[in-house]
Amino acid sequence: MSEKVLMKGNEAIAEAAIRAGCRHYFGYPITPQTELAAYMAKRMPKIGGTFLQAESEIAAINMVYGVSAAGKRVMTSSSSPGVSLKQEGISYIAGADLPALIVNVQRGGPGLGGIQPSQSDYFQATKGGGHGDYHLIVLTPASVQEMADLTGLAFELADKYRMPAMLLADGTMGQMMEPVELPETEPEFIDKPWALTGTDMKREHNIVNSLYLVPEQLEKTNFERYERYKLVEENETRYESFMTEDADVCVVAFGIAARVSKNAVVEARKQGIKAGLIRPITVWPFPKKAIAEAAKTSKAFVSVELSMGQMIEDIKLASDCSRPVYLCNRVGGMIPSPEEVLESIKKAAGGNE
Amino acid sequence: MATTQILIAGFGGQGVLFAGKFLAYKGLMEEKQLSWLPSYGPEMRGGTANCSVIISDEPVGSPIVSKPDVLVVMNLPSLDKYEDAVVPGGKIFVDSTLIERKVKRTDVDVYYIPATKLAIDIGAPTLANMIITGKLIKETGVVSYDNIDKTLEKIISARKANLKDINFKAIETGYNS
Amino acid sequence: MVVFERPKSLAEVPLHYCPGCTHGIIHRLVAQAIDDLGIEGRTIGVAPVGCAVMAYDYFTCDMIEAAHGRAPAVATGLKRADPGKIIFTYQGDGDLASIGMAETVHAATRNENITVIFVNNAIYGMTGGQMAPTSLPGQVTQTSPYGRDVATAGYPVKVSELLAALDGPEFIARVAVNNVKNVKNAQKTIKKAFENQVNNKGFSLVEVVSSCPTNWGMTPSDALKWLDENMLSYYPLGVYKDKSAEKEGE
Repeated sequence: MSEKVLMKGNEAIAEAAIRAGCRHYFGYPITPQTELAAYMAKRMPKIGGTFLQAESEIAAINMVYGVSAAGKRVMTSSSSPGVSLKQEGISYIAGADLPALIVNVQRGGPGLGGIQPSQSDYFQATKGGGHGDYHLIVLTPASVQEMADLTGLAFELADKYRMPAMLLADGTMGQMMEPVELPETEPEFIDKPWALTGTDMKREHNIVNSLYLVPEQLEKTNFERYERYKLVEENETRYESFMTEDADVCVVAFGIAARVSKNAVVEARKQGIKAGLIRPITVWPFPKKAIAEAAKTSKAFVSVELSMGQMIEDIKLASDCSRPVYLCNRVGGMIPSPEEVLESIKKAAGGNE
Repeated sequence: MATTQILIAGFGGQGVLFAGKFLAYKGLMEEKQLSWLPSYGPEMRGGTANCSVIISDEPVGSPIVSKPDVLVVMNLPSLDKYEDAVVPGGKIFVDSTLIERKVKRTDVDVYYIPATKLAIDIGAPTLANMIITGKLIKETGVVSYDNIDKTLEKIISARKANLKDINFKAIETGYNS
Repeated sequence: MVVFERPKSLAEVPLHYCPGCTHGIIHRLVAQAIDDLGIEGRTIGVAPVGCAVMAYDYFTCDMIEAAHGRAPAVATGLKRADPGKIIFTYQGDGDLASIGMAETVHAATRNENITVIFVNNAIYGMTGGQMAPTSLPGQVTQTSPYGRDVATAGYPVKVSELLAALDGPEFIARVAVNNVKNVKNAQKTIKKAFENQVNNKGFSLVEVVSSCPTNWGMTPSDALKWLDENMLSYYPLGVYKDKSAEKEGE
């Protein structure tokens, strides 16, 4: 690790991606992730990499598909409306079992929405997003340090499990500056015998494809893919627990909502309420076991979200609806204050709606 | 535990983000925990702009400053908007060249600095932000007054190195005002 | 003496195309060009969505299947990943000139060093004969049952003319495969489009005017006749842009 520098979250992702061996970036301008593209535009030409401003988000994700098929680390970034446009390509990448990194610095929606922070793409990110049965590994950074750290991890996991990974951030995470230590270790690359590198007349041709017109075959690829997803769920679920051991009220929040919630939990403890926080670092796979464990000791959950209540469904499923789950949310670019979260904690502790 | 929550607000183009960045970097060099969060919007110049800076001895929770310990206002709309949000006992720094009215609160310390005028006087009309920053350092002690030049070196790109001295002078002028 | 054999780059599998379809000829021409230039081992092909969707089974080089219209973007990714590889796309008119128009135009204007084989048969074949961006005025299709009405459906897109207007692309030509003479010329032109890439000259597109007997509702020979009598006047054959030749001529 190196000395700490002050960086915007968007820039930290870009630099971490380069350090993870990513030499191909394709994007299209959109607020609030623009600094990422600008950083890549500046750096890539100097290190023999590719920065290409594509004609559209659709083209960008398909360029990602091409580079990934060739076996190289590659990424794109955008914000909510742009990520919607990428969904077709993401589905193809998942269907062809290719690794890639997609960054979504979320803003409010639906439609053109606004440009202020949001977490309302949770369903889109965690349930697939495009057509067909598939998942992305979805990582949710809650600090600029994690913007950097989880970028490297996303590339590793995507390669390991041959599936696309998404960094699900939001406008505050992208725009804020915090001290960050960037990784100084050399990236590790794994063999990709499936990659399109030319046969060199030494092997049968490789085909990267998601088309299977025989239903039995298509079913088989889906089953096999979900076997892999099971391994991801077993091995790669990540979360942080904060004061949950004896918590009566368990707050669940990720990203900026988790930062705000932590303040509220500390304040609740000061006021004599046993509150705790589970902060999912992966929202797919969702920390189901941690929620189920918490349901054994906590009286209630509070889901804090910058959406109309999307993650709350996963909390209910993971806890088998055994405890009430309260929703504390703001949307449209608004962020709940620690006081608002505290109010919800109090409600949950008192058992009143 | 000492945590100072600072909100700096004004028009876009007045350098409120830069002033925040300076404080954040100064904090970093003093090995404090910190966060810097800008407002961002479609207007690049002339619109309202603000930034939240938190400097602490502990890891920073929410980076959003909604109840500032320290408020810097560089235009009237910002004073109108944020005056009531300041915590009792907090500090408000007002550019009195641009804001004619007085602060109504009586439970806070108020510092009126003719920052824009002082900036013009030293030949740096765009550096009212750094004049107030100098005053803020003196009155809050949130970061130390030592090694200001080293921090400026970090945040002013080599291309604009000639601006370092005048920024230093602006901070010094504010500090001694 | 062998007078005729399958190009090595063409896989020994039966093609799924309809009887009388010209895709088989065009596949052969592409494979022949790859063989002639000795580039099979470093060539990667991009299959489209359309009748040629399974082209990845027909060429022996590495292959990838792209989403509808996105082949030039996928090819861009592949080429940027390793500029030493030879990348070609094989696309139909719906894929290239309708849903993928943006990708086509921008790959061309970037002078992306790829080769595009554009098969124009004036109809959507795989989905059963709907109006294509290149269907002729008055042409009857499943979705223009009274003939293409230019007042409501607009005019056909002349891809070669349109792309030739850009400063970017290296080489744009239109050929046909309706008779021996034209096939021979098509072979030469397709080879040149690959050669250009080998020589790092940039974006080369060959529009191949072809037939679709099944969806045109004709016998294969009538279809070639219809092509000759109707399409070639709307889509004149020739080289529309050749930057290197223009430079030499200066």
